[in-house]
Amino acid sequence: MTAMVTLSQAQSQRAVARHGVTLTVNGADHALSIDARTSLLDALREHIGLTGAKKGCDHGQCGACTVHIDGRRVVSCLKLGVQAQGGEITTIEGIGAADGALHPMQQAFIDHDALQCGYCTPGQIMSAIACVREGHASSLDDIREYMSGNLCRCGAYVGIVAAIEDAAARMKG
Amino acid sequence: MRQFDYVRAADLGDAVRALSGGAKLLAGGTTLYDLMKLRIEQPEHIVDINHLSELKRFDTSGSSELVFGALSRMSDVAANPLLIRDYPAISESLWRAASQQLRNMASLGGNLLQRTRCPYFRGGEPYACNKREPGSGCAAIEGLDRGQALLGMSHACSAVYPGDFAIALIAFDARVDLIGPRGERTISVEQLHREPGETPHIETTLGPDEIIVRIRVPVTQLGRASTYLKIRDRESYAFALASAAVALEMDGDMVRDARVALGGLATRPWRARGTERKLIGGPLNEQTARDAGEAALEGAAPGHSNAFRIELGIRTVAEALMTARKRGLTS
Repeated sequence: MTAMVTLSQAQSQRAVARHGVTLTVNGADHALSIDARTSLLDALREHIGLTGAKKGCDHGQCGACTVHIDGRRVVSCLKLGVQAQGGEITTIEGIGAADGALHPMQQAFIDHDALQCGYCTPGQIMSAIACVREGHASSLDDIREYMSGNLCRCGAYVGIVAAIEDAAARMKG
Repeated sequence: MRQFDYVRAADLGDAVRALSGGAKLLAGGTTLYDLMKLRIEQPEHIVDINHLSELKRFDTSGSSELVFGALSRMSDVAANPLLIRDYPAISESLWRAASQQLRNMASLGGNLLQRTRCPYFRGGEPYACNKREPGSGCAAIEGLDRGQALLGMSHACSAVYPGDFAIALIAFDARVDLIGPRGERTISVEQLHREPGETPHIETTLGPDEIIVRIRVPVTQLGRASTYLKIRDRESYAFALASAAVALEMDGDMVRDARVALGGLATRPWRARGTERKLIGGPLNEQTARDAGEAALEGAAPGHSNAFRIELGIRTVAEALMTARKRGLTS
């Protein structure tokens, strides 16, 4: 881990408020100097300029900030930026093909009108892709259970569930 | 949020030393970082333990016990095929908690130590809270108490212990191995959490400089006929209004052994031993299951608007018993 101080160094130096960290996001390394208090979500949005992941509740309750770390979905608002060093972070900006083609889950959200205002959509899509990969999209009940961490205050749930069911079939194929 | 130092512990000894110096340990962060944002936790030093391999062993293959390292993640343990088959109550207590994102982050050790969701504790000023500020009083007892505890309260606190996993663990007599500056010791999970009494801010029997290393569950025949039933305001992703972990060993229609523990209703994980004694040696049917539920909620003391959770608790225990019984017949 580069630039990470050891405990004894910290105790001798006292307050080490800023940290040099390198975050690997969508395959690219970003060297940042961040306050220890900075969440991964704020590091992505404010420091790297990737504003796809959204800040909803900022307490892990709404899912709008969902990203993947090493392929697993997490809420980036409850992860310290400094903690995320060393992991492969994927955001909504990193799921399309190199030629700009949409991910099948993005296309399915369009096809099924799975949004109204769209604020929760990046988190929904990141969560949905993981939901399918985990094997938790084999029934509508399963999709509802394993997508319960993503709230949509417009109430587009019917379209969201239909989109995931549709994309799950395409992602297998 | 208050400023803090962030460091990664080099090893377990390093982490113990840091704790002794007043640091807070960071595992999944889903409780600690959340409460720091609310200014309820205000540590000056954060020690990240996520990479400590000593805390990661997760092994369900042993013939005498299941071993869950403190850093095992909720989602990984919930999805373990052996647990799903042989200890459904343990798997269910994990996947019925939080969301998949949080379960991917949250550690089992942190899960056991998660703090109450009492809105007066989380809400901060101007509400009094003896957990947050010892001696300040309790706004919940005279306040909106729909979600407050009915068992194990004191005049100083009625906050519910919010976890699910611990409820299943105490039903199976699980233990936790701890390490501190004076070495290792082992206690039962049931001994880990305290009732509030006069000191609601002291929530566990863990020393301030002790770390949970692992959880161990003795292998038991009671596992297969078990369930964790959780009743919530919505179907998924909510804390329990009432929950029950139940495990049975049946001999035909007769109960040979039984375990009953309650969640969502008490200030700590609540083992209902009197209910177990009542069940053992008798037949299990709709009526005796209902009687067991009533025994489990004996002594429940309602406040202004939470009395409905007594009947809810009774029915939760009764339904869990019938579900476990069915699993016992088919296994």
